[in-house]
Formats: sequence, C-alpha cells, structure tokens
Amino acid sequence: MAANNIRHALFCAIVTLIISFPILGLSLEAKGVNITLSGAKTSTYVAIVLAAVAVFVFQIFRDTFMGALGKLPNLNPLAGREPMEQNKRVKLESWLLTGIVVFALFWPFLVSRGSVDLATLVLIYIMLALGLNVVVGLAGLLDLGYVAFYAVGAYTFALLSQYTGISFWMALPIGALLAGLTGMILGFPVLRLRGDYLAIVTLGFGEIIRILLNNWTTLTGGPNGIGGIPEPTLFGMEFGRRVKEEGNTSFHETFGIAYSGEHKVIFLYLIALVLAVITALIIRRFMRMPVGRAWEALREDEIAARSLGLSRTAVKLSAFTIGAFFAGFAGTVFASKQGFISPESFVFLESAIILAIVVLGGMGSQLGVILAAIAVTILPELAREFSEYRMLIFGAAMVLMMVWRPQGLLPVRRVQITLNKQG
Amino acid sequence: MLEVQNLSMRFGGLLAVDGVSLDVQEREIVSIIGPNGAGKTTVFNCLSGFYKPTGGKVIFEGKEIQGIPDYKISRLGMVRTFQHVRLFTQMTVVENLLVAQHRHLNTNMIAGLLGTPNYKEREQKALDRAAYWLERVGLLDLANRDAGNLAYGQQRRLEIARCMVTEPKLLMLDEPAAGLNPAETKELNQLIVSLKEDYNVSVVLIEHDMSLVMDISDRINVINQGKPLASGTPEEIRHNDDVIKAYLGEA
Ligand SMILES: Nc1ncnc2c1ncn2[C@@H]1O[C@H](COP(=O)(O)OP(=O)(O)O)[C@@H](O)[C@H]1O
Ligand SMILES: [Mg+2]
Repeated sequence: MAANNIRHALFCAIVTLIISFPILGLSLEAKGVNITLSGAKTSTYVAIVLAAVAVFVFQIFRDTFMGALGKLPNLNPLAGREPMEQNKRVKLESWLLTGIVVFALFWPFLVSRGSVDLATLVLIYIMLALGLNVVVGLAGLLDLGYVAFYAVGAYTFALLSQYTGISFWMALPIGALLAGLTGMILGFPVLRLRGDYLAIVTLGFGEIIRILLNNWTTLTGGPNGIGGIPEPTLFGMEFGRRVKEEGNTSFHETFGIAYSGEHKVIFLYLIALVLAVITALIIRRFMRMPVGRAWEALREDEIAARSLGLSRTAVKLSAFTIGAFFAGFAGTVFASKQGFISPESFVFLESAIILAIVVLGGMGSQLGVILAAIAVTILPELAREFSEYRMLIFGAAMVLMMVWRPQGLLPVRRVQITLNKQG
Repeated sequence: MLEVQNLSMRFGGLLAVDGVSLDVQEREIVSIIGPNGAGKTTVFNCLSGFYKPTGGKVIFEGKEIQGIPDYKISRLGMVRTFQHVRLFTQMTVVENLLVAQHRHLNTNMIAGLLGTPNYKEREQKALDRAAYWLERVGLLDLANRDAGNLAYGQQRRLEIARCMVTEPKLLMLDEPAAGLNPAETKELNQLIVSLKEDYNVSVVLIEHDMSLVMDISDRINVINQGKPLASGTPEEIRHNDDVIKAYLGEA
C-alpha cells in the first residue's frame, strides 16, 4: 500500500517535470531569421522543482486529503436540514425567480455602464448555457462544437446587415432559425454516435465552421471580421447620437432628453434580459412536455426508449435543433452588442466555457445553470490580475467540483405530478 | 395474430436461433422456455426489431414485419420488457409512464408551448391512464419517486405498467419473474393472467424456470441450443420425452 503510494507519487512528480520543463523552462526566440532556444531564469527552474515536490507530497497524502474533502458537505449548514415541503418549495422558488427578474429590470439604472455591459454578456451566456443544457443535460448528447451555432447566429446577422441592411429585429428570428437548421443538418451524420465519439465529431464540426469563417474571405472578411453591425432599435428609434438609417428617429430627440451613451447599453441589456427570460421559460415548458421527456428518456436508456416507440432520429434531431436555435438567438444579440465580429469570438474555448457552465450548474437544472453562468463570467472579470491563470483556476475549480459536488451546484429536482385516483 | 415461421439468427459462426416457429392467437399466453443461452432473448430481439433476423418470417396481424425498425414495431402494438430491467431511472415513476404514452399525447410543440385545450385534455388523459395502471400494480403512492429508487420487484411491475399504458395488443415479457421471491412471483402470475382476461392482451412469456409457466400458459414452446425442441399444451410438454431428457432431466 505505502510502497505503491510512493511509486505512484513519484510517477506523478516525474510527469509534472516532463510536462512543465519544456513548456515553462525553455523558450523559442526569433532573432532575425533564426530561431534560438534559450533557457529561463533560475527562479523558474526552482518553481518547477517545487511544483513537482508539491505534486509528490499531495499524491502521498492523497487519500487523507480526498477523504477530508469528501467530508466537506458536513460543514454545509443546509446539509442536515429537512427537505422543504413540496408546494412550499415551488412557491418559494417562483417568488425568488420573479424577485430576481424584477431586480434585474431596475438594476442597470443604478450601476455603471461597464457593469451593465458585463451583465449583458452574462445574459448571453445564460441563453447559450440554457440551450446547451437541452443537448447535454437533458438529451445526454455531449456536444463540444456548440459554439458553431452561436457563430451561425452572429454571422447571419452580420452578413445580412452588410448585404441587405436588415434590422436587428428581423435578424433575430432568421439567425435563430438558420442556427436551428444548421443544428439539424449537423445532427444527421452523428445520429448513431454517442459519448466520446459524438464529442469528438461535434468538436470537429465546431472547428470546421470557424475555419470556414476564417478562410472564406470574400464573404466573411476572414480574420478581419465584419464590422458596422447595427444596434437594435426601439420602434424605429435609434440610440446613436445621429440617425444612421433613413426613416428612423433618434431616441434622445424623440423624448427630448440629452444624448447619453448609456441608453444604448441599457437598452441592449434589457433586450438580452427579456430574451434570456423567454429562453428559460420556453425550455422550462419543453421539459414538462412530451418532447422534453423524450429527450430525458433517450439519455436514460436509449434501448428502452426505442422499445416504447420513440424514434431515435426524431428525438436527437429535435434536441440538436432546439439547442442550436437558442444559440442562434444568443449569437444575434452578441453581434449587435459588439458591433463587430470575427472568427476569434467563436473558438473552441467558448464551447468549453459554455459546457463548463452547464456541468457546474448541475446538468438539466435551470436555476443552477443561471447561477453558474453568472459565476463563470463575472469571477474572471473581478480577478483581472489573475487573468493569466484564468484557465488554471478554471480547471482546478472543475476538478474540485467533480470531487465535491459531481451533481453540480443545484442538481435537478424532478417535477412532482399530482394524480387523480382512478376507478 | 402473431406468426413466426422458421426464424433464424446468425451471429458470425454462431447460429443462435435456428428454424424457430411459433404462433400466438388472440387472448393467449404462449411461453418460450429453454435453458440459459438457448436463444430465447434473441428470438425476442428479432420479433421486436432490435435484430434483423437472418432468415424466416414474422407476421403480425397479417403483415410481414421482420426487419422493420424497433420503434415502429412497438407502434403496431407489440411491446416488450427486458431480461434486465430497463427503466428511465432518474425520471419519476409517473414520468416513465408518460414517456411511454407519447403516441397518445399531442406532441405538436406549438400546441404544447401554448397549452391548447386539446393538448391539455390529452395530457390529462395520459395522466389518468398512468394513475390507473400505477394503482393496478400497486405503485400509486410512489408515483413521484425516482424510478431507480424503487425496490427490484416494484421496478419489474413498473416495467409492465409502462408497457400497458401504450395499450398494446401483444405483450412480450422476458423472464419477468427473474429475481422475484415466491410471493412476488405468484402475484406476477396473477397479473399476467389478468392482462389476458381483463384487458384482452396476448402475452408471449420467456421463462427460464419451467414450473413457473405451467399454470398460466395456454401453450408452451421449448427451444434448446437455438432449435425448437417441442411445442404444445403444458400437459403435453410435461410428458414429452425429449423435453424431459433435455431439460427436466438436467434439473
Ligand atoms: N448480439 C449478439 N452477438 C453475438 N452473440 C449473441 C448476441 N446475442 C446473443 N448471442 C448469443 O446467442 C446465444 C443465445 O443467447 P440468448 O438469446 O440471450 O439466450 P437466452 O435468452 O435463451 O438465455 C448465446 O450463445 C449468446 O451468446
Ligand atoms: Mg435471455
């Protein structure tokens, strides 16, 4: 046992050395046309060795450490408490949600422009995560290329506005529908795949779309992206200082107030809020409908689902399509918010972040996903000094979650149904 | 109503089912028995569309159905259970029954989102049907439990209820008594007889243990190493020399 432990710890420490030495300790430098290999500062080597020692010590005491971690829930003051009564809990939850939404409506008028901008981004991530939750959390299909549908939504708006001068409100349904259609088309080839294989193929699809956007320069502008994407209007009123489109009026002139850049930011935030609430409500409804139950049945046991007459094709495609639809929604809002998009906004890391939100929140649980979206988007902003280590902290948080709370922040609670006694 | 002619299924070099024939009339309980590995489950998998048989015909209500995809077969009114219970374990008991009734529900997404009267009416009917069958198998009080948390015997009964809410014409049960205690087995046998007599369902029953099926079967088919060994009424099977030699003798 002990000998085994030491051998394992030694192995881990050596792996740490092998991995970190070339990455941190060696650097390639371009001097004119030549590339030279140079070492790093002594302090870096000391740090690498210290890290290896730390890994070694941790691995030796791993069992003790993990055991202690496993006991952590006991420290949770809510752990031992009686579960709340069913209808009481439902009432409390709906009050809480209404409260949050009302608060969110008034909040932007109280804070700085930067905060509102960030909050809009959070809402976009909430939409994305709720959509991906359908595919991964409910239908159990591990999709690593979800960002592709986000890109389709954003680029649909960008291109249509560039070539036809379409408005945000027209682009919103078109972007979502087109993204949904892409979801369905990409769903066909992966119908038979599951688990890891599905993950890898969807990962590939995500990259294909991004590379396509990057290289189809004549249409998409390639890495230069597309700019000048219009902001949403409110019944034909624009939020800019000057009216860009003929026939529109401007918001501040109509209401006879001074122009302020904040109006636009707040308006976008409110649109994102309304769309996020709509997304949450629709998906919540889906979860209580035959289609939502079919998704979950397929996740739970595909063979049993088929034996009861569920068509795998229809169920999977509907999950892909609806998930992609909401990504398209989010993409359109994103394009409008940024005013400029390029393939760089749709890299694999985005897919990973959205997936992390779903997993952190508790697969299938809406409230959990919303909380996780807030946490994952806002925390890195608060800790800007650590931005270099963002991914590291992210990874560590994921590992800790898997050990401590594999079911996510707020695991799903099943809907309770009252039955009338028959006969 | 169901006729199986000369069914065979080959896995590579192994002929798991070889020339099995059987027929099932309305309101009849027909059993398939045979030792472990005889090919009983494979026959079910061919009938229910999970495998495409390599030979023979399956005729259900006058229509050839061999090779039709599994989900379509269950829509024709032929549903099955599994040798190892297959429930949607993280869904509640009643949700399991609702999944099974998707054909009775209004699955139009727009209607569902809007909650149209037709949608609500059908949803309510499905809930009532679920309640009825839960009560019938004694699980009504557990309706909102996760299916995976039920006791083993309860899971077995839920699986049968889940088939019955689809209102099948033919029910195929794969070793439903496996793992049950004698009292539960007796209850199960009563339930199966009642399905036939009160609900006009035909039943094809796989059993490993022959004595269990003697009481309730109308006819019995014995297969051994994929080949049909004998068929007839329980009385005939009991006195069939081949069966005694191959099957009872070993026990
Ligand atoms: N999918 C399969 N691939 C290969 N061999 C199989 C497959 N399914 C069943 N078999 C083989 O067919 C034979 C019959 O199995 P089965 O129908 O499960 O028997 P029973 O249900 O009567 O115990 C066994 O030898 C089994 O190994
Ligand atoms: Mg079997």
